[in-house]
Amino acid sequence: MYIDPHVHMVSRTTDDYERMAIAGCVAITEPAFWAGYDRSSPKGFHDYFSVLTDTEPKRAAQYGIAHHTWLCINPKEAEDPVFAREVIDIIPDFLERENVLGIGEIGLNKNSRNELEILEAHLQLAADHDQMVLVHTPHLEDKRKGTRLIMDAIRNHGVIDPNRVLIDHVEEHTVRDVLDRGFWAGMTLYPDTKCTPQRAADIFEMHGTDRLWINSAGDWGPSDPLAVPKCRDEMRRRGHLEATIRKVSFDNPKEFLSQTGRFRTDVQPTR
Amino acid sequence: MSIEPPSLPLSRSEVVDRYFLEHRAKVLDIAAFLDRVDRAKGGTEEDDFRVRSLRASISLLLDGDGDRTKRILDLLSDPSDQPIDKAPMKGATGAWDGFEGDAEGSTG
Repeated sequence: MYIDPHVHMVSRTTDDYERMAIAGCVAITEPAFWAGYDRSSPKGFHDYFSVLTDTEPKRAAQYGIAHHTWLCINPKEAEDPVFAREVIDIIPDFLERENVLGIGEIGLNKNSRNELEILEAHLQLAADHDQMVLVHTPHLEDKRKGTRLIMDAIRNHGVIDPNRVLIDHVEEHTVRDVLDRGFWAGMTLYPDTKCTPQRAADIFEMHGTDRLWINSAGDWGPSDPLAVPKCRDEMRRRGHLEATIRKVSFDNPKEFLSQTGRFRTDVQPTR
Repeated sequence: MSIEPPSLPLSRSEVVDRYFLEHRAKVLDIAAFLDRVDRAKGGTEEDDFRVRSLRASISLLLDGDGDRTKRILDLLSDPSDQPIDKAPMKGATGAWDGFEGDAEGSTG
């Protein structure tokens, strides 16, 4: 039994839900993200948020998977602050939907001033509505700088409790800083551009298992919706205790996400 | 309840037995990539910050110190600390385009 706390199922087929369920997935969370193209109007986001709060929960429930979501405009579409603020303005209309856990995945992409302005606007939105936060950190060469800028922005905001923030896509050069500043941290298991299951297991061995989880971030690019069970298998092959494997793939995400009061793992298959 | 950080349960020989062939193949892939760059026409490898960064990363593998993964990720990272004025693109290249190091691993 496991939780995949970051996966973009709008980009995946129903077959993936079935495969994940067979592999033991009981719950997922799906942050709003860049769909591979820029949406041309806030109405496009309204439709997207409707999919995340209505269509996907029903699709997941067919296979006994509890679906949850986070809402935002992704930093890849934040270079136009006027447009981004128009999207942010419609988010409160969705915050009372029962599968919404908070604001995410917000953060930075290329570490620009406009992205930072919109990150700060999202943090204010989270504070105004007492929402938890899921953070996207930049890719590759931009990650270390962006992770630091994001953590500084949250600290400078002053209202957001780090224990209610998960900073995702950490790797060996960012994980220690994130944990030391009191945040939760997520490792994304990607074939090329983030952590492999082996490196994630290494990081657990070097940095411990507290406030740290794994996710697939399966989406429309090279990614694997079964990456979490593959990392569990890697840890099992190394001889780690079942309690350790359960902690990083079930207990930790459940503990963090349960702070919302909306997280559940008990959906019966509806098909 | 907090569980103690799990140490690697495998012995050194078990790690080698289990992972050697996989990483032998990865080293050969790197060698083949650098040979391919050499064989390709047009430009020079010195013109490309990504290849320079990769050669410098390889030298870190052999310097005898630990934390290799972190140090290579640091080498490939943008070292600046201020936001840029405008995002030039959505994607990332995998290496910092201002890298001026050389094949010996100097970061300039």
